[in-house]
Amino acid sequence: MTGEGTVRLRPPNNTLNERAVAWWRSQCLLTTAVPVAVLAVLGAFIGPARTWLWFAAGALAVLGLAGTAFFPSWWYRVHRWEVTEEAVYVRTGALWQEWRIAPMSRIQTVDTVRGPLEQLFRLATVTVTTASAKGAIRIEGLDHEVAAALAEQLTRITHATPGDAT
Amino acid sequence: MSTAGGPDDWRRLDRGTVLVTAAVMAGLACGAGVPALLALAGSMPWWQAFGWVAAGALVLIAGGAGADWLRWRRTRYRIGPERAELHTGLLLVKRRSLARERIRTVDLTAHPLLRILGLVKVRIGTGEHTGGGESTLELDPVSRAEGERLRQELLARRTVGVPEAEREGTLATLDPRWIRYAPVSFVAPLLGGAAVGAVMQVSQWFGVQTQLIDWVGERVRDTPLLWTVAVLAALALVAGVVGALGLWVEMWFGYRLEREPAGTLRVRRGLFTSRSLSIEERRLRGVELVEPLGVRLCGAARVDAVATGLVKDGEDKNADHRTLLPPAPSPVADDVVALVLREPVPPTSAPLTAHPRAARSRRLRWALAASLAPVLVLVVLGLCLTDVLVYAAAACAAVAVPAAVLLALDAYRSLGHALDGDYLVARSGTVRRGTVALRRDGVIGWTLKQSWFQRRAGVLTLTATTAAGDGAYPVYDAGEHEILDFAARAVPGLLESFLERPGEPGGHRA
Repeated sequence: MTGEGTVRLRPPNNTLNERAVAWWRSQCLLTTAVPVAVLAVLGAFIGPARTWLWFAAGALAVLGLAGTAFFPSWWYRVHRWEVTEEAVYVRTGALWQEWRIAPMSRIQTVDTVRGPLEQLFRLATVTVTTASAKGAIRIEGLDHEVAAALAEQLTRITHATPGDAT
Repeated sequence: MSTAGGPDDWRRLDRGTVLVTAAVMAGLACGAGVPALLALAGSMPWWQAFGWVAAGALVLIAGGAGADWLRWRRTRYRIGPERAELHTGLLLVKRRSLARERIRTVDLTAHPLLRILGLVKVRIGTGEHTGGGESTLELDPVSRAEGERLRQELLARRTVGVPEAEREGTLATLDPRWIRYAPVSFVAPLLGGAAVGAVMQVSQWFGVQTQLIDWVGERVRDTPLLWTVAVLAALALVAGVVGALGLWVEMWFGYRLEREPAGTLRVRRGLFTSRSLSIEERRLRGVELVEPLGVRLCGAARVDAVATGLVKDGEDKNADHRTLLPPAPSPVADDVVALVLREPVPPTSAPLTAHPRAARSRRLRWALAASLAPVLVLVVLGLCLTDVLVYAAAACAAVAVPAAVLLALDAYRSLGHALDGDYLVARSGTVRRGTVALRRDGVIGWTLKQSWFQRRAGVLTLTATTAAGDGAYPVYDAGEHEILDFAARAVPGLLESFLERPGEPGGHRA
């Protein structure tokens, strides 16, 4: 146990694309809007329970809006990623922080996914899987061109590595 | 390389499968036929009823056997030099083929009917996580000799490259005294509960459930309620223990762990259904020493393999596919670990680094929260409704809090991690304490997690991901600086470039 002192993980070098904040905001807004709308409509039709339903809808809306204002910019500050010659390194999470590291030689597949909202913001998610059932790494909110280049780079490196990566 | 004939050497399954299906159908027909006979005999002469039932049974048996005969006709398999292939299906021909170099396991099982006819069911697996069972070939059934030949041929190809064994042959055999660990497992209370449930269910089928409850009530009219409950619980527990003993005998009778010359570990066991499970040592990434609470208190432990490509689906959900040794005295378990890993000393008994005190406080806090939450609910309800609940809350607190605190302290004592030679050793858990020894070259990535509370306490959870076993083996609540150093030393060259060591010159990065 020599020289352990205060070893810490350094943050990965790259941040996500700034548009990720807007993407997360719209996701938050959508997930808030649906139940709020349902409650509000129910309140409009069901007279006796109107106060309660509208109160619940209002509380939910306030919470959702507060979350929308607060979390995405925090997420943007903590989500980071980096790809070196040897490994993929990703940091995620705000309250539950998580660092994931996968060596290049063990990567099996590289997928790029673009959901409808992501397409709207010209973003993409890169998923890197290894032979472990629990070792997948996701990098969300990348600019779609960066994501494509990254996926291509990873595929090239992993193809050059021999073995079945287990 | 191949001992089979030419490339066109297609083989069929064993013809006996038709007989087996016919026998199963006959059993089914008897089971359904007797109640049907009783029901029909009420409305027509008995010989007529018998005739109808016999005709039905005949149709059932002939139909089942005929369908199976068709399946037998249409199923062929071939073990070529490159691939193992299986063609099956009546209208839609299914062709499945596995590359031989990817085959990891060949398991043989035989239920009693198959055993009488000298047949076995063979499962050939590659263990890839492709989903949908695409990576398994099932030959149901072939003759026992053919099954053995397939097993040896498919697993025996890579004799070169495996370091010559220090000890081949039998590594462990069953000691009948190990049966004493069967009742202390969690199976016993479960089976007890199941027995009570079964009695209630069957009595309901026959519409006598209320009579049954009345009868029991009659028996115990003069005894106090507490006694009744205690006696019934004891009866259920006895039933559970008997069941656990029976299950143990069925599962582990004739158990034998062997190492074969080609570098394969083989477990054979089973009283009625015989099973033979083979694990290629090349696929072994380590072992896990598992000590459920009851078993641990008796000084025993179980050994599980941590290997890639083990079949995880289907009948054996409770992971006994990977069990190399049933619960046995700790020295025996340690010996088996050492023999299986070809190490002079078992890595699982290496001295472990303890975790910081913060891990203990966290566990104590969880224990208190978990045990006091129901107490609090009871107290609040009691204050609102009736005093009885407050007494119940006091009793609950008196039992649950000490138990939870004891478990929390034990959980903290269990925590530990170490590097021992080629192995990363991590231990955790109290109700199921597991000590995993994972080959360092089997680690294919790290995950580090730190919640807000963990950050304040200066601890974090390191998870080693691997292709084998559960896929991830965590080291909970370790000191945040120490564990990073540990991970960097465990797999050189992976974590190092992402660490900063402020104390060292040049180690600091902006």
